[in-house]
Amino acid sequence: MSVTLVEPKKASKVRTVYARPAEYRRVYVWELPVRVYHWINAVTLVLLCVTGYLIGAPIRAFYAAEAYQQYWFGWVRFIHFVAAFIYVFNFLARLYWGFVGNKYAKWNAFFPLKKTQRQEIIDVIKADVLETKLHGPISTGHNALAGLIYFFTFLAFVAQTVTGFALYSSMSTSRLPRLFNWIVPLMGGEFGVRFWHHTFLWFFVTFVIVHVYLAFYHDYIEGRGTISSIVGGWKFEREKSDK
Amino acid sequence: MGQSIWQSMEKKGYSRRDFLQFCAAAATAAGLGQTGVAQVVSAFEKKEKPAVIWMHFQECTCCSESFIRASHPIVVDALLDVMDLNYTETLMAASGFQAEKSLSDTIANNKGKYIVLVEGAVPTKDGGVYCMIGGKTAESILQTVAADAAAVIAWGSCASNGCVQAAKPNPTGATPIHKLVNKPVINVPGCPPIADVMMAVVTHLLVLGKMPALDSQGRPKEFYGRRVHDTCYRRPNYDAGLFVESFDDENARKGYCLYKMGCRGPVTYNACSVVKWNEGTSYPIQSGHGCIGCSEEGFWDNGPFYQHLASFPGFGIESTADSVGTVVGATTLAGVAAHAVVTNIRKHKVIAEVHADDQEEL
Repeated sequence: MSVTLVEPKKASKVRTVYARPAEYRRVYVWELPVRVYHWINAVTLVLLCVTGYLIGAPIRAFYAAEAYQQYWFGWVRFIHFVAAFIYVFNFLARLYWGFVGNKYAKWNAFFPLKKTQRQEIIDVIKADVLETKLHGPISTGHNALAGLIYFFTFLAFVAQTVTGFALYSSMSTSRLPRLFNWIVPLMGGEFGVRFWHHTFLWFFVTFVIVHVYLAFYHDYIEGRGTISSIVGGWKFEREKSDK
Repeated sequence: MGQSIWQSMEKKGYSRRDFLQFCAAAATAAGLGQTGVAQVVSAFEKKEKPAVIWMHFQECTCCSESFIRASHPIVVDALLDVMDLNYTETLMAASGFQAEKSLSDTIANNKGKYIVLVEGAVPTKDGGVYCMIGGKTAESILQTVAADAAAVIAWGSCASNGCVQAAKPNPTGATPIHKLVNKPVINVPGCPPIADVMMAVVTHLLVLGKMPALDSQGRPKEFYGRRVHDTCYRRPNYDAGLFVESFDDENARKGYCLYKMGCRGPVTYNACSVVKWNEGTSYPIQSGHGCIGCSEEGFWDNGPFYQHLASFPGFGIESTADSVGTVVGATTLAGVAAHAVVTNIRKHKVIAEVHADDQEEL
């Protein structure tokens, strides 16, 4: 058979640019508590957003004739409250792990205290956000910009926890929510608290969109298991000798 | 001066039976129950009746209107009779210099013993010119009157949190009483407050001679300790997810929950659904209208009343947190989609390198 013009050209290109296959080193980045935290957080966050939205704008569903025949809105609120408690304690556990975990989980990964971290933020903005540069830093753990944004996310967690418990405190006799009832007069009554609690929902929605997209993005352009790392904990670093 | 409540009532022709009835009603209103009646009788027989000054500043007098419509007329009559209501712009017969004299005499003769009831907010902007009585600003009158008072009660939302005249942009600098007076103030918010609640707060002060237990916003806990929502008879519909969708629908006729019609019950603390209005006849939600939260701070600025969420600041009156959030979310989605496209164009070399790594083995 006749040989097409394209085939040998393509094969030769690959062979000439890359002499041998890339070698990767396995790095254990996300320890088990970090992965467990991530997934509990993900599930409760989605539950909280969905039930929270429903509480704010109940859909017209399951219309029984009499109130005693159903309790669906009560269940929605119940799920919201239970998920909130799990979410908060999970978050506290993660804060603890920020002091005893490995260097990728450590608290200082979330603040650009070092000059190298600040430089990395600029590089990440150039390479990954604006894409004015082709090759950017490939960090093993969080990159410095991601770390800083996670810190802001933690602040949003705190804001949502504080306003949520403040709203919950009026229907609770347990100690934890009641710790936050001073927030209500501070924010000018429960209406104000509820308004901000509701508004923060949209921060989380936006965060989830960007977070999931960026995880896919890094997995796609780096090809070293970013997505699977949050399941198994391993990432893959290209051996330096190769490039 | 110097008379006890019983002496004063006797003089006015009330019988001993009337007096005991009044004591029983007062004990009930103050939350003492039957066992407390003897205590009240003994207090009213011996205690000097307190002098009362009722001030009116920036307000509409709906608090006074409410007070005189309490469902226990005997208590209100007696209260108005037994209190030495020495100064009140609305009800007193005196006027001009006579009225001013009555005010200054009351203060001079009852230092540290009289009770001040304040209806209305106090304007503080431009030297307080927006509310003046007898050539003096409301603020200076309030300071003079409150300086030697035994207790101060702030009637209604105006005195408790400024109400409509303190709504944005608050042109007169209307200020609630507790922010101006250096004394513990009992806030009895509401526009107006429930008559029976007002009566009970005054009775509590008269009978027990001390302030009722107050919450963090200075409101008596016994009346403002529970949410309108939690005491509402429509609450089961809320938990069942049965909501009125519009004021003229079938659900409204069935008496479902008014949450989606903007009812502020879930964020409002008052006794409306327990005590009710007009001799226990009804209250807004029972009449088919959502609570507008008239006893909550800043309720005028949290509109529109018929919208469950307040309008988002800076985005016009129709936009809620949800509409703003939806735009932000959609923009983000569009943003990441655009970024994905740009990535494939700009970084096709980087992606090709990643893919090329293992092509050697093909």
